[in-house]
Amino acid sequence: MKVLVPVKRVVDAYVTVRVKADQSGVDTDNVKMSMNPFDEIAIEEAVRLKEAGTVTEIVAVSMGPKQAQETIRNAMAIGADRGILVESDDDLQPLAVAKMLKALVEKESPDLVVMGKQAIDNDNNQTGQMLAALLNWPQGTFISELTIEDNQVKVVREIDGGLETLQLNTPAIVTTDLRLNEPRYAKLPDIMKAKRKPLETITPSDLGVDAAPRIKTIKVEEPAERAAGIMVSSVDELVEKLRNEAKVI
Amino acid sequence: MSVLVVAEHDNESIKSSTLSTIAAAQQLGDVTVLVAGHHAQTAAEAASQITGVQTVLHADAEYYAKPLAEEIAGAVVSVAHDYSHVLFPASTFGKNLMPRVAALLDVAPVSEIIEVVSDNTFKRPIYAGNAFATVECNEKIKVLTVRGTAFDAVAADGGSAEIKTVDAAPAMNVSSFVSQELTESERPDLTDADVVVSGGRGLGSGENFELIEKLADKLGAAVGASRAAVDSGYVPNDYQVGQTGKIVAPKLYIAVGISGAIQHMAGMKDSKVIVAINKDEEAPIFQFADYGLVGDLFEILPELTNAL
Repeated sequence: MKVLVPVKRVVDAYVTVRVKADQSGVDTDNVKMSMNPFDEIAIEEAVRLKEAGTVTEIVAVSMGPKQAQETIRNAMAIGADRGILVESDDDLQPLAVAKMLKALVEKESPDLVVMGKQAIDNDNNQTGQMLAALLNWPQGTFISELTIEDNQVKVVREIDGGLETLQLNTPAIVTTDLRLNEPRYAKLPDIMKAKRKPLETITPSDLGVDAAPRIKTIKVEEPAERAAGIMVSSVDELVEKLRNEAKVI
Repeated sequence: MSVLVVAEHDNESIKSSTLSTIAAAQQLGDVTVLVAGHHAQTAAEAASQITGVQTVLHADAEYYAKPLAEEIAGAVVSVAHDYSHVLFPASTFGKNLMPRVAALLDVAPVSEIIEVVSDNTFKRPIYAGNAFATVECNEKIKVLTVRGTAFDAVAADGGSAEIKTVDAAPAMNVSSFVSQELTESERPDLTDADVVVSGGRGLGSGENFELIEKLADKLGAAVGASRAAVDSGYVPNDYQVGQTGKIVAPKLYIAVGISGAIQHMAGMKDSKVIVAINKDEEAPIFQFADYGLVGDLFEILPELTNAL
């Protein structure tokens, strides 16, 4: 079984983002960038399937600026076999990304696409579902368990109120939730080995996709600060404040 | 403007997430609700009673019995072209379904809106709520999910919409429902509750969560947890409040033994009143809390439960 794993380069999860003074967006200059954490889980899952003998090849795909090469190398250090970068400095939005992934899926013919449920920059949570729609494939989103047997994919999904188990035909798209696995740290020899793995670079036009953005950002603002509250010294004082000042109990 | 709201339901009743989505829809135009289900007449009738709903579309098929995205997307797409906007709740139901519908319609959608600025302009959180983007969508059909906590739910009764039967779309037959494991609870839903009591790693074990539950029961509150508490295995993941869990905005949020990581704050900072109880006076949560109490939660929780 062949697996495709899309990976995105995003502002590192531990960086506190700042909005630019002109409200045009979030400041990403000189900010630490990393692989989207949900994508790291996706790569890890694919590598575990390969280690278990279910998967034979893992292709990591990224779309974005030249530096997204590093994200692909990261994926290779965890265990992807080769990489494809669709290089573009434009604002690549989910529908365009899904269309480009569709073109790559048609070229690469994977049996399964494993991807993060959302990127932690724009928090859209759209691309996996869109790719599934464009390919007319089934989708297993927000999964915490993945089992592959007899060409059927069984997923346990994290839904509001609990868990749901679905059976999907292959080929299929699955998107990862946090509890699917804990990604490994890449070891130095694997990082070195990753540098020699094949990485192909192409452009959106090579895939015949119009990647122009369709949603326009008017402005980006900082959230309103919560006014600092007060410290109380006892349970009685707390109860008194909640009853008489805040009037919430 | 005519707006289609895709109802989240269990074939019998309409989920409250749908009511806040209808509230957002009313700001845009006349509201039609789609109930795609199986033997869902009761749910369709419930939808027709909701305040502000003009029309209910009812599609019935065996393969709509469970909310499989592949099947329900077909039901939505087959009626979507009559509407300027198609709205879904930003619940796991809506998040799973909405992008599939948008891609089938070849439109770029907007996720998790918190404000309707105009019929083509919406506000939404990005970077886990650390910034808000105002975006313009000029697609032929605007496809959106709506964050429930940002809109006051409309009343579930008082309406008298006409129910129209619509044809089901052909079955895809590529996925099937196996089972569901819902957390059984007598307590209110986390996302609807007026009061939420959440526990963090400070609780130290799943057994100690009983202290949180006792306080919650005294207050008629829902029980939540930080990601740290979930990752430590104290409680199931559907208790999780935060960027990667549920977004809540109750009247009163009591955070116990929670340090206040950015990812947790993203899920609860719109609460009206926040109370923090933590033994570490330096914990970041105190910068957000309206009332902070430093101390041992194992003493404070029973004392607070008794004092109420």
